Amino acid sequence: MSLDLRYGEVEEQLRASVRALLADHCAPAAVLAGLERSGAPDPRLWRLLAADLGLSGLAVPESLGGAGAGACELAVVLEELGRAAAPVPFLGTAGLAVAALTTCAEVPEAAELLARIAGGAVVALAVPFSTAPGSGLTATVAATGNVLAGPVTSVADALGADVLLVPAATGLQSGLYAVDAAAAGVRRTAVVSLDQTRPLCDLTLSAVPARPLALGATAARAVEAALVTGAALLASEQLGTAQWCLDATVEHLRTRRQFGRVVGSYQAIKHRLADLWVELAQGRAVARYAAACAAANDPDAPVAAALAQAHCSPLAVRAAEECVQLHGGIGFTWEHPAHVHLKRARSAALALGGAGRHRARLAELVDLPPS
Amino acid sequence: MDDTVTDGEVRRRVEEFLAGRPVPAPGDEDGRLAFLRARFDAGLAWVHYPVGLGGLAGPRELQPRADALFAAAGAPDNTPRRIGIGLGMAAPTILRHGTPEQHERFLRPLWTGEQIWCQLFSEPGAGSDLAAVATRAVRDGDGWLVSGQKVWTSMAHRARWGILLARTDADVPKHRGMTYFVCDMHAPGVEVRPLRQLTGEAEFNEVFLTDVRLGDELRLGEVGQGWAVAQTTLMNERVAIGGGPVPREGGLVGLLARTWREHPELRTPALHDELLRLWVRAEAVRLTGVRLRQQLAAGEPGPEGSAVKLSFATLAQQLSSLEVELLGEAGLRHDSWEFSRPDVVDFTGRGATYRYLRARGNSIEGGTSEILRNIIAERVLGLPAEPRVDLDLAWKDLPR
Repeated sequence: MSLDLRYGEVEEQLRASVRALLADHCAPAAVLAGLERSGAPDPRLWRLLAADLGLSGLAVPESLGGAGAGACELAVVLEELGRAAAPVPFLGTAGLAVAALTTCAEVPEAAELLARIAGGAVVALAVPFSTAPGSGLTATVAATGNVLAGPVTSVADALGADVLLVPAATGLQSGLYAVDAAAAGVRRTAVVSLDQTRPLCDLTLSAVPARPLALGATAARAVEAALVTGAALLASEQLGTAQWCLDATVEHLRTRRQFGRVVGSYQAIKHRLADLWVELAQGRAVARYAAACAAANDPDAPVAAALAQAHCSPLAVRAAEECVQLHGGIGFTWEHPAHVHLKRARSAALALGGAGRHRARLAELVDLPPS
Repeated sequence: MDDTVTDGEVRRRVEEFLAGRPVPAPGDEDGRLAFLRARFDAGLAWVHYPVGLGGLAGPRELQPRADALFAAAGAPDNTPRRIGIGLGMAAPTILRHGTPEQHERFLRPLWTGEQIWCQLFSEPGAGSDLAAVATRAVRDGDGWLVSGQKVWTSMAHRARWGILLARTDADVPKHRGMTYFVCDMHAPGVEVRPLRQLTGEAEFNEVFLTDVRLGDELRLGEVGQGWAVAQTTLMNERVAIGGGPVPREGGLVGLLARTWREHPELRTPALHDELLRLWVRAEAVRLTGVRLRQQLAAGEPGPEGSAVKLSFATLAQQLSSLEVELLGEAGLRHDSWEFSRPDVVDFTGRGATYRYLRARGNSIEGGTSEILRNIIAERVLGLPAEPRVDLDLAWKDLPR
């Protein structure tokens, strides 16, 4: 075990600057107000994060205009975005899309897209957000030459996207193509999403011209890299969700009085929060491990990502459920931000596979066969 | 701390020591003891202890390096698992609160293992509420007369000395009326009886103290300061229980996984799901420990330490329970109910049913899981304590 699971100094500085920006521009009241605007995420907040802080290209090589950092730094940003339930396409763009494009960066189109991401462009991988790593490239879109047609449902971070990375079937093999989201023949239909801070859309492509990025095994590898890295990174976002929920709940219970006592002094309450804190400390360890494996291209990365998802998905859901319950009546209102995190947690627990599929994947990876 | 004591310096001193003193042959008990005493006198016993008391006043993290060098040379060790209470709890307390005479008298034979130590803290009426101890120590000339009953005392039947918490003043609130002693386990009036536990064996004892006379030179710290002295012991107990690094599938989860792999006929879908949930939890607990050790090594201890023992207990119980469940018919059979008095407990030893039974103790011994949750909630999360009635009342007036 040589991988460092602590936060480095640079990561703590990064965290501080992201937290400060979010405190100014993405406070709970602002996120709640944003729920009334349907559709696309907050483009102003994205500009601040992507361009001003230069975070969209955090993991893009310096030669392409990025910061040349890796998954550990991305993970710290995602913890903060999770804490704030920030409505920005960071996971999809800086996480999944960059991971996919990095595997084929020797292709000029892919390198060019990486450079555009570093400049603040939004790029989304066009797969259902529930797609698990290891599920193979089963494209619903068909490629005829370099022209694509077909549907993709429940795509995350695509509503405000500039470019879509579309897996498509071409004859016997599959490929990964880049499509301009504004091109004629691309229809994006907003979905009424459980998580309004990460609104999904259904895509329909009709005779859309595309640029091939990878074909066959290379394409499958690119998509798999995006899904594995995405699963590893999502765990840190979920960790941030859980941390916000625990912090808010503890804060509330330190002041709320009933029966003449601070509610947080009751053991029945304290023990639940202590258990949640223990689970969160474990979540931090597995999320850091997944990020460190992804950053180091460690052979254990698939296990680490599946482990992180199997632990952090239910962690965030439980933290959000406890947050609602232990806030009592106020936690069940629309005006309190608890529900934003509940919906984020519940949706994220289905994203990129969900805990059950990740456990099944672990069973394969660590040789614990079902029968 | 002496910062000239570096990794290289420790290595040089160990090599020099080994060059001047041949490693005793296996089975040569006298040679082994002489070797260990010389190692203590050379300051290579615990390098973070002061010079003259077995150490070099160096950094604590160099000790494992010294141990490894001795082990690589085939040198005998002081059987650290067998003398864990002395090493882990008595020694740091004596070092911090003892007089120079007490340091001189106790630390060397403690470290070499020639004198075994036990802990006389818990009582039938003072478990989680340790500050309620009722064992009385009364002035008797220039010494003390001690009477009372202690319980859950490992190694009492082998021990030369015990660290003892006793009440010296019943007229003040309970935390203020205790004094810490070293109990002479060979003194008249000390009676040790095995305490048979639900596994059938007796790792622990009950210790009955009847007018046991202890000289005042066996008092550790000031009269009435016993609770503060005991905190040193208890803090070190939790560090000691934290344990060392383990590989993936080390410990109970590895045994369960092996049974699963070797016995396809036992597999069902429901058990498979449960197995994977616990595998995930075990790996998460393991990585939490890895991260904690990295933080400690970097001199930035996190509050995660409070969670280690709690997580370990819960996990050990769930894993061992699932293994018995998985075994089906074989889970109906036990290896032995024969009475024994093991010196060292192996949580992963013996059969699955033994492990299941022994694990029930994990959430009780060394701080119950309920108390640990209180500690996390109050000290880490900052939630207020339950209202209490026992803080300002004199000990003798407490409801009982």
